[in-house]
Amino acid sequence: MSNHLSQKFEEIVGTGNVLASEVDRHNYAYDAAVLPPQLPALAVRPETPEALGRVVKTCNELGLPLTVRGSGTNLSGGTIPSEGGVVVLTGALNKIIEINEADMYAVVQTGVVTAKFAAEVAKRGLFYPPDPGSQAVSTMGGNVAENAGGLRGLKYGVTKDYVMGMSFYDVDGELVKTGSRTVKCVTGMNLHGLMVGSEGTLGVFNEIILKLVPPPKASKAMMAIFDDLGKASETVAAIIAAKIVPATLEYMDDFTIKTVEDFAHAGLPTDAKALLLIEVDGHPAQVEDEAAEVEAICKRIGATRIQVAKDAVERNKVWEARRAALSALARVRPTTVLEDATVPRSKIPAMVGALEKIAEKYKLTIGTFGHAGDGNLHPTILTDKRDHAEFTRVEAAIDEIFDVALSLGGTLSGEHGIGMAKSKYMVKEVGQGSIMYAKRLKAAMDPKNILNPGKITGA
Amino acid sequence: MSEMRQLVGLLKQIDDQLVACMRCGMCQAVCPIYAETGLEGHVARGKIALLECLADEVIKDPAGVKERLDACLLCGSCQANCPSGVKALDIFLKARAFLTGYYGLPPVKRAIFRGLLQNPKLFDTVLGVASKFQGLFTKPVNDMLGSSCARVFSDLIGGRHFAPLADKPLHDVATQRDTPRGHSGLKIAFFYGCVVDKMFPRIGEAVLKVCDHHGVGVFMPHAQACCGIPALSSGDRETFEKLVALNMKVFAESDFDVLVTPCATCTSTIKKIWPLMAEDLPATTRYQVKELSAKVKDISAFLIQDVGVTPADVAVSGEPVTVTYHDPCHLKKSLGVSAEPRALIGCNPRYKLQEMDGADSCCGSGGSFTLQHYDLSKRIGKRKRDNIVATGATVAATSCPACMLQIGDMLSQAGDTLAIRHPVEIYAETLAGR
Repeated sequence: MSNHLSQKFEEIVGTGNVLASEVDRHNYAYDAAVLPPQLPALAVRPETPEALGRVVKTCNELGLPLTVRGSGTNLSGGTIPSEGGVVVLTGALNKIIEINEADMYAVVQTGVVTAKFAAEVAKRGLFYPPDPGSQAVSTMGGNVAENAGGLRGLKYGVTKDYVMGMSFYDVDGELVKTGSRTVKCVTGMNLHGLMVGSEGTLGVFNEIILKLVPPPKASKAMMAIFDDLGKASETVAAIIAAKIVPATLEYMDDFTIKTVEDFAHAGLPTDAKALLLIEVDGHPAQVEDEAAEVEAICKRIGATRIQVAKDAVERNKVWEARRAALSALARVRPTTVLEDATVPRSKIPAMVGALEKIAEKYKLTIGTFGHAGDGNLHPTILTDKRDHAEFTRVEAAIDEIFDVALSLGGTLSGEHGIGMAKSKYMVKEVGQGSIMYAKRLKAAMDPKNILNPGKITGA
Repeated sequence: MSEMRQLVGLLKQIDDQLVACMRCGMCQAVCPIYAETGLEGHVARGKIALLECLADEVIKDPAGVKERLDACLLCGSCQANCPSGVKALDIFLKARAFLTGYYGLPPVKRAIFRGLLQNPKLFDTVLGVASKFQGLFTKPVNDMLGSSCARVFSDLIGGRHFAPLADKPLHDVATQRDTPRGHSGLKIAFFYGCVVDKMFPRIGEAVLKVCDHHGVGVFMPHAQACCGIPALSSGDRETFEKLVALNMKVFAESDFDVLVTPCATCTSTIKKIWPLMAEDLPATTRYQVKELSAKVKDISAFLIQDVGVTPADVAVSGEPVTVTYHDPCHLKKSLGVSAEPRALIGCNPRYKLQEMDGADSCCGSGGSFTLQHYDLSKRIGKRKRDNIVATGATVAATSCPACMLQIGDMLSQAGDTLAIRHPVEIYAETLAGR
């Protein structure tokens, strides 16, 4: 049967582009989420948009579950395939079709790597702000499907704020066009809005039109150190209340600070309870003003020390410490469960307090860092998935983390998506009516339920 | 089936190292093979996932896993870029040894490793004879690069443009020596490595000249054996251990301050792989290996850090020679040495260094990788060639003779007329006539 299936897809994508051996199937059974792998029947790699459309149509005709995979960096299991399904690899669909400087937009194929795209844009004097942590490898298609965020989310927004339009294939292999290259466009339904964050459950992306913006002319970074967590979060609120929106406003807890310092020797104060990494950007005069004001606010509320970066080298040092956070934590124990529970920023102290209690209650090590400015925290549980007793406690702790986040008016996911990992909590956040609506929508668009089944709303 | 059990048992030994991989996929950003093929099985995360599957007995196809595992340059880029600090090279070397134990060594490799490498004297003799007759089978193709290609079709050589065996290897032109410390107060043991000895003796001569000039004593025995990496990367741990033992006999008891090599691969093998693989050796040998590996240094690092060479005061006339420098993976990614070779080149005022794009991206050689996957190796090498040529340099410099062979092949096939030099050769030029 599988031989016959391989042949069918080989006719569309060519012999070298169907991967069906035992090792290949195991290689496309997982992503970056800490979840059990699921073996697909095969993986196919279309090299042209036409072939992509025909692959989708064929899967629908055969009733085969289809999961699109860019770089497989998904943290919620969104790219873990269905057992016996087809994995569609976008690696060969990696062309930047257009970067338009006059009209400030770009058109890309889905397999374009985010950081490469951002670099090409920067070469032309423009700016694509979304910067997910995995940007060095993640693809634009994946970013749009998961509505990826990043460090600059507070001021510049996330992926959805940059999608002007796209074309995608429906299950019959028909090409659907939505949005346009114009800043304003109200032609037809906002289908691209629907596709962003749909995690591959409603269509298969072909080309994406993205908004570009002018880059900030200047920026200034600083590190504020606190001996009290409450003061740190009060500072976050005060900065926003002063009508200043920093480009980035990052938080690190005491455990993370100590771990980063042990690992990277970045000169962080190991006795601090919390630190904030803040960067303001924009017009040089505005940057000067805002940096001074932020510094004054930090001092007023009680930062024990503030280090303002004097130049690019010092600025880089500030960010090195933040970039080292995940690396440092990941080395402590074999398994790293990186969550992204998000709360309104005024609730950060409550959330951090709750995380401390959860760590104690379940006897777990949790380091917390993340995007304080937008309330998007990354409680990172350090564990060993081979220790079943401990991992059961990890799962219980995750349940409780989401309960707390929701009770504080927060959300299940700030930027990683729901995928398989969090679909069971969905009803708690959005209610049964929303789930049913989404399910009816999916059933109408995808009657055989072939498009990444099991994701977002579960089976 | 019992052999399969054994293989699974061996793989379980590295379980702790395997689970450290959190599948984040950041290795995709830096892997030269993945850049060409885009296949998950060609990047560290994918290989580690397969090894875990094999250890957990959910995969029944060790041959398929071995094939993926062998498609690796062992350049260490993934390890250098890994957020969780996964020791990918350790994993791959050990896993290759386990799988080779399971499948046995291919006959050609068995003959070369066990027949020749384990007998350095025989190795020297055979290649010495070969160098006399190579003209019958090869013809020169590029005077500047000094490269040759095969006159008649050969499976092993294919369409390669290779550096011919030297007329006289280093161990013929330079006699064994054991000179005392001079005015530098330093003494080195000189581990020249197989490729320098047999193909680029001029590099070895440059090392000796520089040491003599700076009053550095040199212990250079001829009985030294290969560092063992070709055998180990093919999974032949037995030969590797014998080679380490042969070298220990020669070097362990001698008096010197630094073990110097002009070969990035030898340096990183002795520094990192010898102690790693010495776990099973007797305690005294293990201790000796540790002592020796602590002393090893790349020639540029030695000259800049220990001897303290500074820009030479030589008269410069005319336009400087433009040189671009390629970072061997084994030097930069494994040992973090990248400033010193550039500094050494900078000590020759006749040269101007022009950086290329991706100076530290792999050239595609990967030792025996280039023999098994020549097509892939060429695709990676072509990028390196293009980056070198784009600098407009007339000299390409690098600190690893294996990279020199690969880059020479790529440049020669493209008809380029750049010269390939080791930084120590460039520095040695400033000592001419002194």
